[in-house]
Amino acid sequence: MSKSVNELGPMILNVKGVWKSFEDKDVLKGIDLEVYRGQIVALIGSSGSGKSTLLRSVNLLEEISDGQILLNDVDIADPRINQDEVRRQIGLVFQAYNLFAHLSILENITLALRHVQGLEAEEAKTKALALLDRIGLLEKANEYPDKLSGGQQQRTAIMRAVALNPTLLLLDEVTSALDPELVSEVLELIRDLKASGTSILMATHELSFARDVADWVVFLDGGVIIEEGPAKDFFENPKMPRTIEFLQRLRRRAGEQ
Amino acid sequence: MSNSEARRFSPSEIELDRRAFRLARKRKSTLVAFISTLAFAVFAWFALVSSPGWPRVEQSFFNWETAVEAFPAVIDGLLLNLRVLFFSAIGVLVFGLTLALLRTLRSPIFTPIRLLARGYVDLFRGLPLIIVLYLVGFGIPGLRLEFLGRIPVEVLGTVALTLTYSAYVAEVFRAGIEAVHPSQRLAARSLGLTYGQTMKLVVLPQAFRKVAPPLMNDFVSLQKDVGLISVLGAVDAVRAAQIEVAQFANFTPYVVAGLLFVLLAIPTVRAADYVTNRLAKREQAGGVL
Repeated sequence: MSKSVNELGPMILNVKGVWKSFEDKDVLKGIDLEVYRGQIVALIGSSGSGKSTLLRSVNLLEEISDGQILLNDVDIADPRINQDEVRRQIGLVFQAYNLFAHLSILENITLALRHVQGLEAEEAKTKALALLDRIGLLEKANEYPDKLSGGQQQRTAIMRAVALNPTLLLLDEVTSALDPELVSEVLELIRDLKASGTSILMATHELSFARDVADWVVFLDGGVIIEEGPAKDFFENPKMPRTIEFLQRLRRRAGEQ
Repeated sequence: MSNSEARRFSPSEIELDRRAFRLARKRKSTLVAFISTLAFAVFAWFALVSSPGWPRVEQSFFNWETAVEAFPAVIDGLLLNLRVLFFSAIGVLVFGLTLALLRTLRSPIFTPIRLLARGYVDLFRGLPLIIVLYLVGFGIPGLRLEFLGRIPVEVLGTVALTLTYSAYVAEVFRAGIEAVHPSQRLAARSLGLTYGQTMKLVVLPQAFRKVAPPLMNDFVSLQKDVGLISVLGAVDAVRAAQIEVAQFANFTPYVVAGLLFVLLAIPTVRAADYVTNRLAKREQAGGVL
């Protein structure tokens, strides 16, 4: 990376030469990636480029075929490691929110606080209510997910992950399933999380958001990193032909809308 | 959109006309339903009463005095059925759920257990209940296990019912567990919940909701199958009726027992309908058709 090391915090995540194959199809072909504390790293690329697979691999929901994933210098891809323990340190938010349908908004957040972190019911509730207040959904605390808009559900899902104070937060296209007018409220929350020091690795299609908020942008195509760099440089001065083509294609589509 | 907002406008002429028409149509439907039901009942009644053997059938199946005489014994027997029902229902829930969970285990170390559970379900879904009753009811005492003492037949009946119904209920539970979308599991695991916690806190609560209607249906079925323990000699409602039948040389006690079983089933059937409807409403909100 071109940034000088002393202006960066400690390295949280270090992905080294990660390969992932399904049957005989290689989805990730030697990915190297670093996330430093407090940074937002944005993964961009078209569908099928491997963004989601990479995020799921980091959260150990996929088993990688080769390489290393170091979280605070510990190789979490090692099968001898306690996977539940690792997942406790990494939050993941899905494109389709995946809130628990049988639990209220409040209970969705308190579930892991109580059963993973072992907080008492009252303590978990207090903490969850504070988080709901932060995203303006306090009065919806006792509603069930199907009564909320997509944006509200997604913000709840993000808070459910943030509640556990994860070392690293993974966001997998969290705005892709939302109506355009609901996208901004979720992006606003991510901006807010960055301001409070959360380290985030996110797959996204929101180019302007990536330019404004991400520290580092990584362009994936066909399972390899084509180009990466500080957000401003990346968008203003892309070097690889495939990057230029991809950005033009997305911008043209955004222009049409 | 709140109700007060919806009420703020005053309906137009067109809407009032529509409402009047809908009301008239509803009244007409009710009237037609009433008349057709009445006509059918009258026809069925006359067809029955005018059949040549009716007086004798009435005498031997619907004799009021015999019914009154037999009633206390049959009710006594029914209490035994209720006890058997209570214990076998609990047994079926626990054992059926255990079987279902065993079948979802994926670790290779559990392969023999998984296969055993599967074999069990195959076997007991295929075996006729009455044969299981005979095998348990006469086979277990035949083992002469002295330390168990003399096991009452109703206990053996309860065991046989539990064995058979657990196989059905296990399949219902397993279907429910598999019907919970995999993304719910992923979300739970990504929060750091273990496999067991994910099952207990996320998958099973949703699975229970999904299988409530078929589960109630199996309960209704169990409710009347408890009458089969009479083949082992337990003096339940059916057996008591049989004794009364022999005493009065009249079949009315069977009808009494039958009606009592129906009365027992009605609340459960209604509850099952209610639960099913409520779930259906929740899952397909909106739409008039």
